[in-house]
Amino acid sequence: MEGAMSKLKLALYWAASCGGCEIAQLLIGDKILKLAEAADIVFWPVAIDAKYKDVEAMPDKSIDVCLFNGAIRTSEQEHLAKMLREKSRVMIAYGACASEGGIPGLANLFNRQTIFDRVYLETQSTDNKEKVVPQTKYKVPEGELTIPEFYDTVRTLAQTVDVDYTIPGCPPEAKTTWLALEALIEGKLPPRGTVITHNAKAVCDDCPRKRDVKKIKKFYRTFEIIPDPEICLLEQGLLCAGIATRGGCGAPCPQANMPCTGCYGPVDGVVDQGAHFLSGVASVIDSNDPSEIDKIIADIHDPVGTFYRYSLPDSLLRRARTK
Amino acid sequence: MKKITIDPITRLEGHGKIEIFLNDAGEVENSYFQVPELRGFEKFSEGRLAEDMPQITQRICGVCPEAHHMAAAKTLDDLFHVDPPGPAKKLRELLYSAFYVTDHTTHFYILAGPDFIMGPEAPVAERNILGVIAKVGLELGGAVIKTRMQNHHIIHMLGGRAVHPVFGLPGGVSKGLNEDERKEVEQIARDSVEFAMLSLKVFDDIVLKNKEYLDMVLSDAYTHRTYYMGMVDEKNRVNFYDGKVRVVDPDGKEFIKYAPREYLEHVAERVEPWTYVKIPYLKKVGWKGFVDGKDSGVFRSTPLSRLNAADGMTTPLAQEAYEQFFSTLGGKPVHQTLATHWARLVELLYAAERLLELSKDPEITSTNIRTIPTATPDEGIGIVEAPRGNLIHHYITDEKGVIKKANLIVATVNNIAAINMSIKKAAQSLIKPGKKITEGLLNRIEMAWRPYDPCLGCATHTLPGQAPMEVVIYNSKGEVIESLSR
Repeated sequence: MEGAMSKLKLALYWAASCGGCEIAQLLIGDKILKLAEAADIVFWPVAIDAKYKDVEAMPDKSIDVCLFNGAIRTSEQEHLAKMLREKSRVMIAYGACASEGGIPGLANLFNRQTIFDRVYLETQSTDNKEKVVPQTKYKVPEGELTIPEFYDTVRTLAQTVDVDYTIPGCPPEAKTTWLALEALIEGKLPPRGTVITHNAKAVCDDCPRKRDVKKIKKFYRTFEIIPDPEICLLEQGLLCAGIATRGGCGAPCPQANMPCTGCYGPVDGVVDQGAHFLSGVASVIDSNDPSEIDKIIADIHDPVGTFYRYSLPDSLLRRARTK
Repeated sequence: MKKITIDPITRLEGHGKIEIFLNDAGEVENSYFQVPELRGFEKFSEGRLAEDMPQITQRICGVCPEAHHMAAAKTLDDLFHVDPPGPAKKLRELLYSAFYVTDHTTHFYILAGPDFIMGPEAPVAERNILGVIAKVGLELGGAVIKTRMQNHHIIHMLGGRAVHPVFGLPGGVSKGLNEDERKEVEQIARDSVEFAMLSLKVFDDIVLKNKEYLDMVLSDAYTHRTYYMGMVDEKNRVNFYDGKVRVVDPDGKEFIKYAPREYLEHVAERVEPWTYVKIPYLKKVGWKGFVDGKDSGVFRSTPLSRLNAADGMTTPLAQEAYEQFFSTLGGKPVHQTLATHWARLVELLYAAERLLELSKDPEITSTNIRTIPTATPDEGIGIVEAPRGNLIHHYITDEKGVIKKANLIVATVNNIAAINMSIKKAAQSLIKPGKKITEGLLNRIEMAWRPYDPCLGCATHTLPGQAPMEVVIYNSKGEVIESLSR
């Protein structure tokens, strides 16, 4: 960054997300003080009093770095993503929703109409005989009220604007966040396009469980077995996404006896994490008999939610056809 | 007609927006609290594996993922007809108690505290957590940070992750506690009890002993007579993790008490065209609009509501605090919205004491933490008290346990009608013709919704400790005649 004495100008923003990314940013703990020494936060709606119009008034590229979390679900989120891209020299997709669509991206199995029908008309507790649904513009007796447009499809940040770096995770672990912030502070950012983690290999590389290249005859669901605490979960028949997921998280989920669900996204060089996960799963099936393989695979009841838990909008599938 | 827009006020699955309309005389005609976002979990849960719901639904809220995780795990117990071993239930409640300690601590000190400790009209630059620390001292400020970090450590230890834990399953939990970890939890719990006692003393010294603040707490501008909802145990004492839902009427008499399975008989939701959030109300009273009183189905589901709806607390120090709360405020029920902050501290003490009890439970290090379900899944309903209100999960599956229908009534949502009413009443009391609209006045309007802690709230409201807010006043032609922001 130009001028050794000038502090970094940092913006943080959320879109379609849960707030877990904000909590994750706070979990860097006392390193927040180091961040405060090195950077001025110019926009952070959850915490700082700068307004949309203040950002609008900033010259283009006057923000050094924007950490953007959340997917793009509404017109307002798209507007803010575009505005922050114009104002920022470096745009970083922070967390699974911004980089891959995340769990809210599973909504791409449906569309606005079917989502509205379920939420506002069909849910068991809803009493809505007049079939009222929210309107982007609505006249009340005192004047007009507006809310943003809800899009048919969830998009990633990179499908909306140019993105320079990605920090993966749902949410990113504190050490991953700090790895990126430290690089920013020291002006030692890796080549553009890098996914910033401690480990570009798979989660298995972080995981202390023993792998034995054992093959399996049956897949189990998490509630069906109590897994051995020492042995690879996939080899015990649990659909662990560790084989197809970028490491650097430290494999906390397998260490809590639960399978990895893939939140750190694909390993380097892989475009479609779900397809990679699927091919990895196929390779541990202990059979060459097509009918037996079909039977084994029939135990996988939610392929999209299992293989594309966080990455549907960013995958080659992107969304279901709903027309 | 003039229009005042407050956008964004705070985050609530996105952020909230307040529109205030003035009539020609310059008085507040009406106001609207809008939620401008929807993500549609009720729809895209369809097709998912039921056992994945604790991890999927907690992405509704990264501030209180533990609440969704627990509600979902309990729903799965019901769905798969499985009763978890005693130690598993205790471990869930232990993690949940640690979560309550972190969440209530953050809300009181970082979000709500600045208004009282610094004063509602203190300069903006001071009305934040840094100002609070400067006033109450570094020692207490350090204790706030330590309490949060230590209890997050418990969540991480048991749940596998500090944000979005993974340990909940139908029939139990995936991970237990060993003796070393148990000792650590016990020490953290002791520190947390001490911290909660100290926090009640801070409230007593700063708010209750200050006549100006006490008058504000008791003032009509911040008062509504509504129904109150809270979960209770078999002796009608407050419970966050399990029990029946009890509702008392505005006179404090029990109106209904129901098991989770019966919620559809008692709670209904209406849709308004100007907001993406639905508005729950008591079905047997009916929707009469954004009004309070016994004939209106509007209810509140907050720390204050839980104390009003219960007959007491199960732990000794919290019981004392509970009794002092009602004797000071003139008996049950308490209708003053700002008293919610005090009620939250009574709950903080209960959560810390409960954490300590559980950490000393002889069963807590048991390895008997899973019952493998064997029955065919069909339908399950689970309710917990989230810090921000009653939280309902309801799933219907096929015989393989794949979700066919999901219904969710999320904590903050219970209070949407009451939040709308509280903002309107405060605005009507505070905005008067000819009276200059100052930043402090706007903060007094913000103070009407802050007790409900609409989601996000807590930890993300970090150092500056306040929601961003912008007010623009329009004349009837849509021209800006005054603009104020901070």
